[in-house]
Amino acid sequence: MAEETTIKVAAPPRELEREPLVLNNRSFGWISDKIAGIAEGKTAKWWWPAFIISALVMTMMFACVAYLISTGVGVWGLNNPVGWAWDITNFVFWIGIGHAGTLISAVLFLLRQKWRTSINRAAEAMTLFAVVCAGIFPVIHTGRVWFALYPGYLVPMPNSNSIWPQFRSPLLWDVFAVSTYGTVSLLFWYTGLVPDLATMRDRAVTKGRKFFYGIFALGWTGANRHWRNYEKAYLLLAGISTPLVLSVHSIVSFDFAVSQVPGWHTTIFPPYFVAGAIFSGFGMVLTLMLPIRTVCGLQDVITLRHVELMGKVVLATGSIVGYAYAMEFFIAWYGGNPYEMYAFKNRAFGPYWWAYWTMVSCNVICPQLFWFKKVRRNVIVVFIISIFVNIGMWFERFVIIVTSLHRDYLPSSWSYFVPTWVDICTFIGSFGLFCTLFLLFMRFLPLIAISEVKGVTPQADPHHPLGGAKSGGHH
Amino acid sequence: MATQSQTQSGTTQPVLTRHHAIIAEFDTPGDAIRAAEQVRDAGFQKWDVHTPFAVHGMDAAMGLKNSKVGWFSFCGGALGLTTGMLMIWFMNGFDYQIVVGGKPLFSPLYAFPVSYELTILFASFATLFGMFGLNRLPRLHHPLLRNRRFLGVTHDKFILVIETADPKYSESETRKLLEKTGSKHIEMVEET
Repeated sequence: MAEETTIKVAAPPRELEREPLVLNNRSFGWISDKIAGIAEGKTAKWWWPAFIISALVMTMMFACVAYLISTGVGVWGLNNPVGWAWDITNFVFWIGIGHAGTLISAVLFLLRQKWRTSINRAAEAMTLFAVVCAGIFPVIHTGRVWFALYPGYLVPMPNSNSIWPQFRSPLLWDVFAVSTYGTVSLLFWYTGLVPDLATMRDRAVTKGRKFFYGIFALGWTGANRHWRNYEKAYLLLAGISTPLVLSVHSIVSFDFAVSQVPGWHTTIFPPYFVAGAIFSGFGMVLTLMLPIRTVCGLQDVITLRHVELMGKVVLATGSIVGYAYAMEFFIAWYGGNPYEMYAFKNRAFGPYWWAYWTMVSCNVICPQLFWFKKVRRNVIVVFIISIFVNIGMWFERFVIIVTSLHRDYLPSSWSYFVPTWVDICTFIGSFGLFCTLFLLFMRFLPLIAISEVKGVTPQADPHHPLGGAKSGGHH
Repeated sequence: MATQSQTQSGTTQPVLTRHHAIIAEFDTPGDAIRAAEQVRDAGFQKWDVHTPFAVHGMDAAMGLKNSKVGWFSFCGGALGLTTGMLMIWFMNGFDYQIVVGGKPLFSPLYAFPVSYELTILFASFATLFGMFGLNRLPRLHHPLLRNRRFLGVTHDKFILVIETADPKYSESETRKLLEKTGSKHIEMVEET
């Protein structure tokens, strides 16, 4: 500008001041350089060992799956009456983890929570990879896997007897819910990536990078006429994804709630499952993002304020989950159904008491530490609690599934489920798959939404002196 | 329009390369918005402001109306819901009727969860394809992307672009207008 006018903007009152979302007044250029640099520079030293270990663990899972398919589901520990065990536990566990990604990207967007911008990209990637891990288990648990993929059983095509799938079954609803969820998450994630891929394209130095980032950036030029449609589409996708994410775990819970099994047949399941899913997902986001934040030096973008806010979400959802546990017991007693009452007494004090109390300690007691600001801002303690949340939420699904099944109506059918090595290795292997995909993601794509983070800095606001405002706001 | 600009530039210098647009660079969103207001008021049509992120208030400064993407979402959603209901009615209520638990052959209630998911699925695809369609993307090539200076847009620059194809474009006048907006760097982008 030719005439520089100095404007004095009075600072807001102290109690209204907020910690900035990007620390140290970083410029737009710094944000691009920092975030794109992670995917551009030389491969970090820690990356290769991490990748090789993850890939080996992933290979172990595929070996186990091959063994399962070639031999039969007998290689797992489940049997009558425990027909569902680690397979469905793992499915619900992984799909639940995915929910935090969509919550962060969609629900927090609708609620205008600007702090989401630092974590939404990685959280959405986490969603996608978690859905991939989740999708494997229901398919392999069918035993004869080819039937799960064969038209007529899951895919709505007439099977060999020209019979169509049965749409009254929540299991089929689940197929639609999970596949829609995976697809829409991918679309939403990709939409968010397009402007950042353009940044990567324009920064690329090698021909290969120019070509691939160029293809996937779809010719994005950052035109405001484009941003106008883009922003609207993003808002709509957020609006569409919000009922989706609520419906997915509700439908997963219908798999149980619509059945007649005591311990499953409860109306509290949909909201309880959704809250648990968000809880577990935020646990996993923290488990992933805290090491990345340190290793990649992203403390200015993923600030302590972000960590603290995520801690608050964990506290809120953890408390909802705790309330749901208590309410289940209350209704079991209040409902007066002896089978229901037995199922719950057996859950807490039966042979699987250890699983139940692991769940309660990890999910209900542990997150209560987040009432303390000192705990929420201590990265190491937050990380440890987030691990407990992950463990607790896996046990929640295990408790719901296995303890409800292992006591049948006839005591002669009662049994005690013990996993085999195939169960254990398949589950551990799914973490290998998850980590492999995540490591590839952070090596090749910007793991934080560059353009969105730029948009929440003070210099991005045209009415802020740093954004080039000449007089105060003029709206 | 193109002829007009060609004759004008032809009087000053021999035309070797055809120009696609004139660009003016700004450092802050505030400067870009004020420039956009002036260009809007001058009555240009084929112009745009390229920014590293969506700038709040730029739509008004450019005189742009609300985006039409919502219509695509709505139609996609309506199509999804209809598809779901019709599909389930056809499969379970018409083509191969199976009575399960004495329940009606078709009811919108049991068909709802799947139709709901299809509503969301179709609406998402329609939103995304609608958005890219309205933006005339994907595009494999754009003259602006050949310009070195323009690449700053995805980094930290705000660039106002007026195409030479605009009816109001004139090489000297448009440049003067852009200089008046306070741009630090103005240049022509070649047509490639």
